[in-house]
Amino acid sequence: MKADLQLYDYWSYENRPRIRWPNGAKVALWVAPNFEFYEFDPPRNSQRTPWKRPNPDIAGYGIRDYGNRVGAQRQMELLDKFGIRASVSLSAALCDHHPEIIEMCRERDYEFFSHGVYNTRYNYSLSQAEERQMLKDSLEAIRHQGGQVCSGYLAPALSHSEHTLDLFAEVSTEMFGPEVPLYSCDLFHDDQPTPLKTRSGRKMVSIPYSLELNDTIAYVVNKVEPRRYGQIIRDAFDVLYAEGAESGTVMCIPTHNYQVSCPHRIAAFEEALNYIIGHEGVWLATGREIAQHFISHHYDEAQASIQAGLAGVA
Amino acid sequence: MVSQNPLLQYPHRHYGMDHKRYAWEMLHQRPRVQWPDGKKLALWVNISLQFFPLAQTDKTFPVPGGMRMPYPDLRHFSLRDYGNRVGIFRVLKVLDRYGIRPTVAMSADVATRYPTLCRRIVERGDEVIAHGVNMDCLHHSGIDAELELARVQSTCQVLRQATGQAVSGWLSPGKSQSFITPDLLTQNGIRYMCDWVNDDMPYVVDTKNGQLVALPLSTELEDTFVLLNNQHSEQSYVEQVQDACGFLLREAETAGGRLLALSIHPWLMGQPHRIGKLDQMLAHITGQQGVWSAPASEIIAHAGM
Repeated sequence: MKADLQLYDYWSYENRPRIRWPNGAKVALWVAPNFEFYEFDPPRNSQRTPWKRPNPDIAGYGIRDYGNRVGAQRQMELLDKFGIRASVSLSAALCDHHPEIIEMCRERDYEFFSHGVYNTRYNYSLSQAEERQMLKDSLEAIRHQGGQVCSGYLAPALSHSEHTLDLFAEVSTEMFGPEVPLYSCDLFHDDQPTPLKTRSGRKMVSIPYSLELNDTIAYVVNKVEPRRYGQIIRDAFDVLYAEGAESGTVMCIPTHNYQVSCPHRIAAFEEALNYIIGHEGVWLATGREIAQHFISHHYDEAQASIQAGLAGVA
Repeated sequence: MVSQNPLLQYPHRHYGMDHKRYAWEMLHQRPRVQWPDGKKLALWVNISLQFFPLAQTDKTFPVPGGMRMPYPDLRHFSLRDYGNRVGIFRVLKVLDRYGIRPTVAMSADVATRYPTLCRRIVERGDEVIAHGVNMDCLHHSGIDAELELARVQSTCQVLRQATGQAVSGWLSPGKSQSFITPDLLTQNGIRYMCDWVNDDMPYVVDTKNGQLVALPLSTELEDTFVLLNNQHSEQSYVEQVQDACGFLLREAETAGGRLLALSIHPWLMGQPHRIGKLDQMLAHITGQQGVWSAPASEIIAHAGM
């Protein structure tokens, strides 16, 4: 085990080169719903048990199935109302189990990014070859059933190995070449896109995917009340919007169809989105669009700024 | 070379569900349900009357409300018993105020230990649902099939005899099941179960002995989950129920009848500082246009199942 995987360099938030989003927007807003499949009777991973109760844990399985049976359509309908195209964090197996949901996403021109094969399968205790196999599987599903080349990756259930980000960059490059804008959602170190270091030298950026605003973290881990979740989203937006006047910021709302789409929670989410959309200068983007814009317009000056900072000349 | 690691084998990766209990179908694509008199929202209130043995033996997972202190945990034992002595009568008074006909999920041990209480429920005409032997007789894949069958059998027998009702509904203690629970339920004359929370409407489940209806009793809006597990305030609980009611009523405008299922524990909501909040939420719901309150069997019948 290492003290630091050296995935990115230190880069202080003050005095960075200004990020300019399209049309002078202050905040790039992306909504990243997780469309996941959790298994009824998953195999046991020696480092993490999928369910709290013995298989079949119908309490855990049931509410996640609710996300697909009930919640997915509800969240899509809500995002339609605000003209938001989602960036879907996708369990590849959902393409096999529930192709209807994939079709509903394609009709809306959603982006898909990889979230592994099943959310009950983890990267823990896999060899690099095995982790590659899983990644390739998920990128193929997005290519064939999703109809697009995947740009982003969020490791399934946030389960990482020391090589997870390197392997994503390598598998993507082997399958689709060096020009695809690549981004990771696995790191929570910043509110702006940042360059990442890969062992192959492949260019890849981290795009903020706020764990603090993630509905499952808010509702299940932090156990916040629905109205307070709405308030947290609005408070976060106010700060990122104000700071975005100086240099563009990114705000991500990561959601789950079995959390925000529940009847007692959807009103709070809707109110928060309504508040955000009521502001001028919000760029409704997808993960890939944010990564592409940053790589095309800001990557080089970001790297120069980071290097100058490390050299003590910033 | 393709890895043979079981962690990368996906034997159930195919169209539909990864088990054979029910078909894959999204709620918005199913036929619309029509409630009586053009009502939009069915309100189902389930009241659980539970017995928690002081000597809790099964620690496979923490049972909501179960004993937590070293034996003898008189603190939790007596606080749960409060519901059967005091809380239930406050709750019934509130339900009657708004004309709500609940179902009562009862541990078989409650019927045996407190015949007066059981008789009172039966005389009111409330529908009784089987709620297991007691809150320490859990259903999960860690117990063997004969033991689980014995638990289902004795629960049904005791409750049918004590109530004189058919007792066709089932709620597992802690909403936990093994792989075979639904088969055992139909084998013992159960027609609907309330353990699964994967839907907002009833749907059909396949078992070895024919079909079973799943009538979802929301955990997310259950009093114990919101107040104990999530530690939300009583006021927030009222807000959450009101928000759910408002959303489901709006959805029902275009999607057909919807169901609001409230799971209430008298040992929790029957406390003096909480009973007013139960009153407040039920006043709000029953004050809306288009709400219809009914026990589970009637709701299932009107849903065409």
